[in-house]
Amino acid sequence: MTAKIGVITFPGTLDDQDAARAVKYAGAEAVSLWHADADLRGVDAVIVPGGFSYGDYLRCGAIARFAPVMGPVIEAAAKGMPILGICNGFQILCEAGLLPGALVRNSELHFVCRDQWLRVENTTTAWSTRYDQGAEILIPLKSGEGGYVAEPNTLAELEGEGRVVFRYAGANPNGSLNEIAGITDARGRVVGLMPHPEHAIDALTGPSDDGLGMFLSAIDALVKA
Amino acid sequence: MARVVVDVMPKPEILDPQGQAVAKALPRLGFAGVTEVRQGKRFELEVDDSVDDETLTKIAADLLANTVIEDFTVRRIDA
Repeated sequence: MTAKIGVITFPGTLDDQDAARAVKYAGAEAVSLWHADADLRGVDAVIVPGGFSYGDYLRCGAIARFAPVMGPVIEAAAKGMPILGICNGFQILCEAGLLPGALVRNSELHFVCRDQWLRVENTTTAWSTRYDQGAEILIPLKSGEGGYVAEPNTLAELEGEGRVVFRYAGANPNGSLNEIAGITDARGRVVGLMPHPEHAIDALTGPSDDGLGMFLSAIDALVKA
Repeated sequence: MARVVVDVMPKPEILDPQGQAVAKALPRLGFAGVTEVRQGKRFELEVDDSVDDETLTKIAADLLANTVIEDFTVRRIDA
C-alpha cells in the first residue's frame, strides 16, 4: 500500500507544489486538497504548506483556519492523523488551536530568507523519527512573521514534555521564545515549524537533503499503523 | 443599527517590534519626548439591534483578536 499524503492549497498558498514533490520524492502518493473541499479524499496524512493564505489578511492563518477543508483536518487530527504545518501552515495550525502559541512579526521586522541550521530535539513525533537526537539540519527559512510566542505556562509545558521538535541553532533569526522553530501536539502527531523542509530534499535544488527525513518519517508512521 | 468599535492591542508582555520601530522613527523626525509606542488594530462594525454584547465579545475573541497574543475591547458608539 502506498501512503497517501494530502497537500492543501488555499488561495495564496505558494509551496504546495514543492510539498507535493517532496511527498512523491519520499515515496508516497501526493493528493491535492483544495481549501473548499468538504473531505480529505481518503488521505492518511495532511501537509498544510507555506505561502500567504488569503493574503495574510487580519493575521497570518486567521482566515484559512475557517476554510471548509479545515473542519475535517481538525477532526482527523483528533483521531491521530499525522499533520504537518510548514511556515504559513504552522501559523494556520496555531490559529486553529491544533498547536499552542502564535507566530508574530520577526523581532528585527525584516523578512528573513536564508538557509537555517536547526537542532532536532524530539525524534519521536510522526514527522521526526528519521532524525538522530540532537542532529543539526540545514533547511531554508523564509518568513516575516516567524517569531514563536506562547504564555509562560504553555512554554513551560512544551519544554517539560519535550514538545519542542526543532530549535534554531546559532543566532535566533526572528526572536522566537527559547529559539523555538517547531513544536508538536501532546501526542506527537501534529507538528508545525517555520522553516521549509520541502525545499531541502535534494542537494540539486536546496541547501541539503535534510528536509526529506520529515516526509520519510511520516511514511514510516503510516506503514507501521 | 449601531456602530461597534473593537480595539485589538498586542498584550503588554508581547514584544511589539512595529511599535518600537515607530517610536525609534519619531526622534529622527524631530519629535522628542515619546517614550513608547504600541501598535494595534481598530475594527468598526455596523451591527443591527439583534446582535447582543455577548455575541460581539465572541466575534472579537474568535476572529478579530488572537487572545494568545492580543487583548481587545468592545464598545458601542451611539449614532
